[in-house]
Amino acid sequence: MNINISNSSGEPIYLQIANQIKTMILEGKLKEGEALPSMRILATELRISFMTTKRAYEELERDGFIESYTGKGSFVKAQNLELYREEQIKRIEALLMEASDTAQKAGVTMEELHELLDLVNGGE
Amino acid sequence: MNDYENAIEINGVTKKYDGFTLDNISFDVPKGCIMGFIGQNGAGKTTTIRSLLHITDINSGEIRLLGLDHIKDETAIKKRIAVVFDELPFHDVFNAKDMAKIFEGMYPEWDNAAYMQYIERFQLPLKKKIGQFSKGMKMKLQIACALSHNAELLVMDEATTGLDPVVRDEILHIFMEYLQNGERSILMSSHITSDLEKIADMVTFIDKGKILLTGYKDEIIEQHGILKCDQEKLQDIDSEDIVSIRTNNFGAEVMVNDHENASYKYSDCVIDPASLDDIMLYYVHRDTKEWS
Repeated sequence: MNINISNSSGEPIYLQIANQIKTMILEGKLKEGEALPSMRILATELRISFMTTKRAYEELERDGFIESYTGKGSFVKAQNLELYREEQIKRIEALLMEASDTAQKAGVTMEELHELLDLVNGGE
Repeated sequence: MNDYENAIEINGVTKKYDGFTLDNISFDVPKGCIMGFIGQNGAGKTTTIRSLLHITDINSGEIRLLGLDHIKDETAIKKRIAVVFDELPFHDVFNAKDMAKIFEGMYPEWDNAAYMQYIERFQLPLKKKIGQFSKGMKMKLQIACALSHNAELLVMDEATTGLDPVVRDEILHIFMEYLQNGERSILMSSHITSDLEKIADMVTFIDKGKILLTGYKDEIIEQHGILKCDQEKLQDIDSEDIVSIRTNNFGAEVMVNDHENASYKYSDCVIDPASLDDIMLYYVHRDTKEWS
């Protein structure tokens, strides 16, 4: 498990931790039922306050990514990946809508827009 | 399990000296916490620490350590806490081995094996007179002693000041290891806020004998921000949002006390995150409001 903290990103450290763990869960690097390091150990290893790791885990718990049991620790919860995918598609839709709006206003054709998408994807 | 909630409770403590008053201060250190105690030289950090250790008498107020009264239960408390000062309080002719013997007699829970482990980890010589130790070695020896009798509370007055960054980092790591079971607590005074910025769970700011702020470090840091604007824009900012303002010929930097609210209210201004140093600096100037 890899966690990197940036002190200059402006994003609070607890969010950086929570987001990185979320990504690992969604990418399947952390599996359902797998134990997370204890909050104290994580804090000691990363040289950050225990309160910060506690907050990161609380965030993950609230968003349904992990479950914590007093005295036992925190574990990865079963994820509804289908639901997550749907949410992401909705988000992409909204972003594309915005892009197409802007394109229309600027007189960029649909063809050009498709080309642009291919271009940012790095493909032909 | 220890059956108290706060390792330290300071309630309305006043101590008057000629020319300095510790003025009705209150704050708690919850069990399991690292509390950073921040203030300028002469702000009252050492007086507070001396008061809670009953090295000096207070004029009024109440102090409880480990749930016990700091005067009535002084003997019981002293066996369960450890104190580290910025100067070595031991005599120069002793060596590390002698220290073990002295501490063994003082503390019922002295753990010689743990002490020897710290000595080895810190690479301290056992038989060299401590008068010949470097400043870093002296501090490491004090810390080895402090951590080797199962103390529930460590009180440190400027313990990491004067140490190089490598040693400071090593020591901070050891403190965090020591707190691993959640039953031990640390009060750590320092004017080097970068150490506390990293590991402290809570911070308390003191200035001229008064407590300015006390609370969870992350919350305090997130709450505050530094807003950059020009002199003209400065007129539009409500005084209740402002801690103090640092002006220069090209503009102004305003510390705001509610970062989130300010970023909506003054959405055309840049607001940078504030560090503990910034917060201290702007609060120290809170009475003059505008400074440069």
